[in-house]
Amino acid sequence: MKRTNDTPLLAVEGLSKYFRMSRTDVLKAVDGVSFEVFKGETVGLVGESGCGKSTTGRCIVRLHEPSAGSVRFDGEDVYAPVRSRAEARARSRRLCKDMQMVFQNPYSSLNPRMTVKDIVGEGLSLAGRMGERERDERITELLRTVGLGADHVSRFPHEFSGGQRQRIGIARALSVDPRFIVCDEPISALDVSIQAQVINMLKRLQAERGLTYLFIAHDLSVVKYVSDRVIVMYLGTVVEQSESVELYRHPLHPYTRALFSAIPEADPRIAKGRERILLKGEIPSPINPKDECRFADRCPMAQAVCRSGRPPLRDMGGGHSVACFLA
Amino acid sequence: MGRYIAKRIVISLATLFVLVTVVFALVRLMPGDPFSSEKITPQIRQNLERYYGFDKPILQQYVIYIGQLAKGDLGYSMKYANATVNDIIAKAFPYSADLGLRALAIAVSVGLTLGIVSALNRKKPIDAVCVVVAMIGTSIPDFIMGYVLQYFFGIRWGLLPIAQYKGFAYTVLPSIGLGFYTLALVSRLMRSSMLEVVQQDYIKTAMAKGASRFRIVWKHMIRNAILPIVTILGPITASVLTGTFVIESIFAIPGMGKFYVTSVQSLDYTLVLGMTVFFGAFLVSANFIVDILYGIIDPRIRVSRR
Repeated sequence: MKRTNDTPLLAVEGLSKYFRMSRTDVLKAVDGVSFEVFKGETVGLVGESGCGKSTTGRCIVRLHEPSAGSVRFDGEDVYAPVRSRAEARARSRRLCKDMQMVFQNPYSSLNPRMTVKDIVGEGLSLAGRMGERERDERITELLRTVGLGADHVSRFPHEFSGGQRQRIGIARALSVDPRFIVCDEPISALDVSIQAQVINMLKRLQAERGLTYLFIAHDLSVVKYVSDRVIVMYLGTVVEQSESVELYRHPLHPYTRALFSAIPEADPRIAKGRERILLKGEIPSPINPKDECRFADRCPMAQAVCRSGRPPLRDMGGGHSVACFLA
Repeated sequence: MGRYIAKRIVISLATLFVLVTVVFALVRLMPGDPFSSEKITPQIRQNLERYYGFDKPILQQYVIYIGQLAKGDLGYSMKYANATVNDIIAKAFPYSADLGLRALAIAVSVGLTLGIVSALNRKKPIDAVCVVVAMIGTSIPDFIMGYVLQYFFGIRWGLLPIAQYKGFAYTVLPSIGLGFYTLALVSRLMRSSMLEVVQQDYIKTAMAKGASRFRIVWKHMIRNAILPIVTILGPITASVLTGTFVIESIFAIPGMGKFYVTSVQSLDYTLVLGMTVFFGAFLVSANFIVDILYGIIDPRIRVSRR
């Protein structure tokens, strides 16, 4: 475990993001999510698509304004009210330098009319004054860090493969030398053969630069590989949170168990002896959710108590906490 | 790039050649001939026909015409005595070009602005205003627009002259009348194009970079959203130019439109043909320029430099 001290680099408290669909319907994409990320660690955020993991990530880097809750970065409330526009701009500049994001789809997240140099360099120009030569050198160096050559600078995104594009996206995020990066499913759009390369590169960069990651993914084996701790989300809420190894060994929440039982096992002898927990039905709609355990409708163990209210996240010891009445 | 341009030039010339051939045949297929409406003796008629070469077989006439055309000579008008088609075009075209350019400038600049403003203020009152303006523009034909402008600005409020073309004040109403439809078209297209770009992931990337709102709109959104507008600039130029016929007659402007219409009515073969070829050449080159521009704006279309 890499906790260097006890104050977290990132503290998310009661974060919620609601989208109003109509007069009566509210889509609760994220509903009261709290967690902490310490310096130098990788926290995996997993869950089905639509469970609010990307929205959580975006609220943290301020691409969405949350409906409620707070996000503290290095002790600073990133949504604290500001008195002037100048102050807002200064904070935005400061936070953009510290927190960056690697986006899911490298095909759509790079502006097709900009050269690699402009894509990677724009953040640099915005972050502070820098001479033309110094900037060019920085860009070349960044590209080398992610395994691209200096001759790539004047090309356009469409001239690259998916893996190369994601490297450009990572170089872009690194350009301002951030301390914290939200990786929003950075490899899910890539070929399997490329995924490992990009993952290993992210790990290498973390070691070299002392980066802290929030790693959003739905591929559990990848999350297991990269994360120190894992947070499992279901329908906008955190259902379980634990050290990575502990979680994979002793999942407590029925949803987590079902998820883990779905990880394909390469060895047929092991696969044979394993029980598969199949969840019935689809993920319910996040519009106007009822005040009960969100998983109750699909849970194989659901009882009356599960309908009595929302289960709080309870600490089970050893940094393992779970939101289930039955655990 | 050189090969691309050469290819475009060849295609453009071929287009023009087909145009000339078809129009040459079509005007001669129309019932009557340039002299049938005039009361002249058979002798004079015969002399006229010999003078203009109508006594020769049609294929030979065609070959002669093409030969002249290659030298840039459009021939004599059959209705305006002693005037060559080149003369008439030289006199009339500056008016039409001036009017057309003004209309285009208004349409593109105002249209783009309206489209961008309304997309950025989506579902707010200002957006509704822009949409209504665009709706009016696309649904009212230019000949009605012309009269409405004349009535309000010229007659009711007496602000601007309603006819002729003798100075800046005279150009305002016809330019607006001519450009309004295009303005509406451009603003609608730009609005939807912008709304599409707003949702793109790379706009989120730009936000994550910490780019200011102005920078995002200017550098990331408009540059991507403007592409469809560039594509339709060629056809737009065409519609504005052909629109000049109507507007010119409403505002009594001595441009090409007036000559074109009368030349068709009086079956002035050489004038119809000459003006068609002229317009054709104009439109083909407009499209040609747009194709080149497109390559400059969109790097994906640009042929690789390596």
